Amino acid sequence: MKIGLFIPCYVDAFFPEIGVATLELLERLGLAVHYPLDQTCCGQPLANSGCHADAAPVERLFARNFRKLDYVVTPSGSCAHHVRQHLTAIEQTPEVAKLRASTFELCEFLHDVLRVSEFPWAKFPHKVGLHIGCATLRGLGEASTSEIAGARHSKPLALLSAVKGVQVVKPARVDECCGFGGTFSVTEEPVSARMGQDKVRDHHGAGAEYIVTPDPSCLMHQKGCAERLALPLKFIHIAQVLNGARA
Amino acid sequence: MNNRDDILARVRRNQPPAVALPEVPLFDGVVHDFKTNLERMGGEFLQGEPAALIRAKFPHARVICSATPEVAGNRPLPDDPKALADVDLGVVRARFGVAETGSVWLSEAEFEVNALGFLPQHLVVLLDPKAIVANLHHAYRQPGFREARYAVLMTGPSATADIEGILVRGAQGIRSLTVIAC
Amino acid sequence: MKRVDHAEASSRFIAAREHVEFHDKRLWDLRQKRDREAEAIPEWEELRTLASSIKEHTLSHLGDYLEQFERNAIANGMQVHWALDAAEHNQIVYQLLRSHGATVLVKSKSMLTDECEMRPFLETRGIQIIETDLGERIQQLDDEPPSHIVVPAVHKLRGDVAQVFSRTIGTDARKSDVPYLAESQRQHTRPYYLKAGAGMTGANFAVAETGSFVVCTNEGNADLSANLPKLHIASIGIEKLIPRLADLGVFVRMLSRSALGSPITQITSHFRAPRPGTEIHVVLVDNGRSERLGMDGFWRSLKCIRCGACMNTCPVYRRSGGLSYGATYSGPIGVIIDPTFNLRKYSALPFASTLNGSCTAVCPVKIDIHDQIYRWRQVIAERGQLPMVKQEAMRMAGKVLASPKLYRLAVKAAQAGLDHLPRSMIYNPLNAWGRQREVPKAPKQSFREWYLKHR
Repeated sequence: MKIGLFIPCYVDAFFPEIGVATLELLERLGLAVHYPLDQTCCGQPLANSGCHADAAPVERLFARNFRKLDYVVTPSGSCAHHVRQHLTAIEQTPEVAKLRASTFELCEFLHDVLRVSEFPWAKFPHKVGLHIGCATLRGLGEASTSEIAGARHSKPLALLSAVKGVQVVKPARVDECCGFGGTFSVTEEPVSARMGQDKVRDHHGAGAEYIVTPDPSCLMHQKGCAERLALPLKFIHIAQVLNGARA
Repeated sequence: MNNRDDILARVRRNQPPAVALPEVPLFDGVVHDFKTNLERMGGEFLQGEPAALIRAKFPHARVICSATPEVAGNRPLPDDPKALADVDLGVVRARFGVAETGSVWLSEAEFEVNALGFLPQHLVVLLDPKAIVANLHHAYRQPGFREARYAVLMTGPSATADIEGILVRGAQGIRSLTVIAC
Repeated sequence: MKRVDHAEASSRFIAAREHVEFHDKRLWDLRQKRDREAEAIPEWEELRTLASSIKEHTLSHLGDYLEQFERNAIANGMQVHWALDAAEHNQIVYQLLRSHGATVLVKSKSMLTDECEMRPFLETRGIQIIETDLGERIQQLDDEPPSHIVVPAVHKLRGDVAQVFSRTIGTDARKSDVPYLAESQRQHTRPYYLKAGAGMTGANFAVAETGSFVVCTNEGNADLSANLPKLHIASIGIEKLIPRLADLGVFVRMLSRSALGSPITQITSHFRAPRPGTEIHVVLVDNGRSERLGMDGFWRSLKCIRCGACMNTCPVYRRSGGLSYGATYSGPIGVIIDPTFNLRKYSALPFASTLNGSCTAVCPVKIDIHDQIYRWRQVIAERGQLPMVKQEAMRMAGKVLASPKLYRLAVKAAQAGLDHLPRSMIYNPLNAWGRQREVPKAPKQSFREWYLKHR
C-alpha cells in the first residue's frame, strides 16, 4: 500500500509538529509513507473564495504530486473535504477522480481503512474537549451531528477513546462552528472572533484542559482566541495524542 | 401576452426536469395524547357538563355568544362579525380534534360567524372525545377541508413570544381556550 | 448600487454586548427546541425527505399546478391576479383597495409584501397600514425592516420595545415588562380590525387540488384581518404551491417544529372560498421566481417554506443580526436568495458564512443551502464582483501556491516575519487576524525542512 502524506501549507509553515506526529503514527502502524517534496496546497482557500481559475494551477500541482498512490492521507479535515468534494477546477480525468476518492482525513483513514482500534503506546491523562471541524463533521460525515436525530457515532471520538487516560468533556453546544471559515476569519473578523471566543469559553466552561482536534485550522483560530482571552486552555492535534504525546 | 400567460410561459420554460410525487403515509407509529398536547399549547382540557363547567370557570363573563344549541348564550350570534367585539366568551362545538397537536377543527359551519373564534376574549370548544384523530396526516384526510370555505385548526389560545421570547397568551385573539370533552 | 457591507454592520451589532448575547441565546434556544421536537418524531428524517420530494415535484410541474390552483380558486369564488414583479403586485393591491374604498388596511406578516416594498408604496397613496403581528408592528413603528422572517424583532430587547411603543403608541416609557407591552399592542390594534376596509395576509401554502391557501400564525391577527373586513387580499409567491391536501400533513407537521419548536402554530387557517357577501383576492407573485427556477444549482432554494430554522442555527446570523444582511431575507436562506435580486449589491453575503453546513442539516425541505453558498461565491468571482483587494490577493496566492519554489520562499518569509517583527508591527490595524487573536508562533523549521533532515 503506497501512502502519500499531504501536509497542508499552513501546517507545514506553522504547525510542523502535527505533520511529524502524522508521519510517525502512520510509520508506527507499519506503512511506507511517501511525502512529495513539491507539495504546497490543495487549492481550498482559492476555491472557497470562488476563485476557481486561480485554484486550477494549484489543484493541478496537487494532482501531479499525489498521482499513482493508493491513498493520500492528511491531518486536516477541511483539506480532505476540498479534495474529495470540491477539487473541480481541473479536468476530471480518471486519474483525478481516483485521487479524489482515495484522499482521506487521518481519522477516517485510521478508522475506516486501517481499522485501528488500539494505541497501546498512547496515554493522555487529561480532560479533553474534542473539536471536530465542520468540514470533517458535516462535509466528510465523520460523526453524527446534533441536527439529525438518531444514533450517535463519531470516528474521531472512537479513536480518542482508545487512548488511555483520556477523559472527554462536552461543551454545551457540542458541534457549533468555531468561526474560522478560511478567509472568513479575516474578511468577517468581528463575527469570526466572536464565534471563536464563544467556542473556547464553552470548552473552558465544560472543564476542558485540552482541545483536541483533527482540524488544524480550527486549532489555529481557537488557540489564537484563547490566548488573547488568557484562558488556561491547551491545544493539540489528534495525531499527536494518538502518536503518544503526553502533553 | 397578459401577465398570467407571461408568468406561466416563463415558469414552463424554466421548470427543472420532472421529479416524482411521493405518496404520504399516515405514520401511525406513535400514540399521541390530546390532553397533554393541548395543555402544552396553553389550552385547558375539561370533562363534564358544559354549562356547569362554564359557569364555574367564567363566573364574570357578561356577554356569552354560543354557536351550539348545547350551551345557551345570553346574546344571539350577530350577522355582523364586528358586533362580537364586546363578547367575553364564545362557545362552539368542534368537528374533530387532533391528538398529535391538541388541535380542534372548526369551520364556518361550526362558527356560524368565523370571528367567534378570535374576537371574544375567551373561547370554549366542545369536543366529542370519539372524534379525535391521531395526527395531522389523518386530519388532512378529513372531508371537511374540501367543503369548508374557511377551516381552522385551533391549538390553544392566541399567543406571542415576539418580545425576548417571553410567552404571552392572549396576543390579538382569544386569551384562553378551553376544550370540554362531551 | 452600493455593496452591502455585512462585516461592518455585524461589528456594530456585536458592539452592543447585551443585545448580541441575548440574540445568540434566544435563537439557539429555538434551535434546541427544534431538536427536541425532531427527536420526538421517529419519522422526522422521512418527513424531510418527503417534503423535499413534494416540493421538487411541484416546482418541476409548477406551470400545471399554478393553473390547477387558479381554476379551483376561481370555481370556489375567489379572484386570482398575477403579478410579474413587485411594482405590478403593489399596483394590483392598490387598485383593489381603491375600488373597494378601503383606506385602512390591517395585515398579518408577509415576507412577500416586504420583498415588494408594498408598505411605502401604499402609504404615499394615502392608505393607512397596520401591521398586526407584534414583532412586525414593532418593526413598522421603529421604521426598520424585520430582522428575522419568523420573529421580526428578535434583535430588540424589551427596553428597546418600551422606547418604541412609548414614542408611537403612548405606553409608559418606564414600563418594559413584556406582558404590559404585548397587552398595550393588543389594545391599540384591536380597534383597527373593526374599522379597516380590507385585511391582508400572506400564505404559507397554496393547495392546487382544492384551490385553497393556508396561513399559519400564533397571534390570531391573520384570522381577525381576514374574517372582519369585507375584502381579504392574499399575496402568494408562486413557489408556495403544493399539489394535495395530504401534503399539508407533512409540511404543517414540520413548519412550526422547525421554526419555534412547537408542534403546530396556535392557529392554522385554510381559506378556500369567501364568506357570503365578501371577497377574497389572491395575488400570485413571480418577482424573479420564474427566473430562479431556471438557475441550475440554485432553483432548489424555491423549496423554502420560510421556517427560519437555518437562521436560528446559523452561528454567523446569531452573532450578526438580521439587519446586517441589508436585505429582506437574511441568514443562510437570504444569502442564497438575495443575489438573485441584485448580484452586485448582495455580493458580500455568500461570504458571510463559514460553510459549516448546519443550515442544510436543519432545513425541513432539505435545501442544499451551504452548497449553494459555495456555488454563489464562484458566480460572484466569475462575474468580477469580488472586491478588488480580494481578487488581487487570490490571484497572488494562486501564483505562489502553484509554484513549489515561490511557496517555499513565502513560508520562509512568513516564519521570519513572525519571528523577527516586533509585536507592534504584527498586531497592526491592517492585520484583521490579530485584532482579537494571537498569531501562531513561528516554529524553528517547516515540516518540509524537518522531513529533509529526518527522513
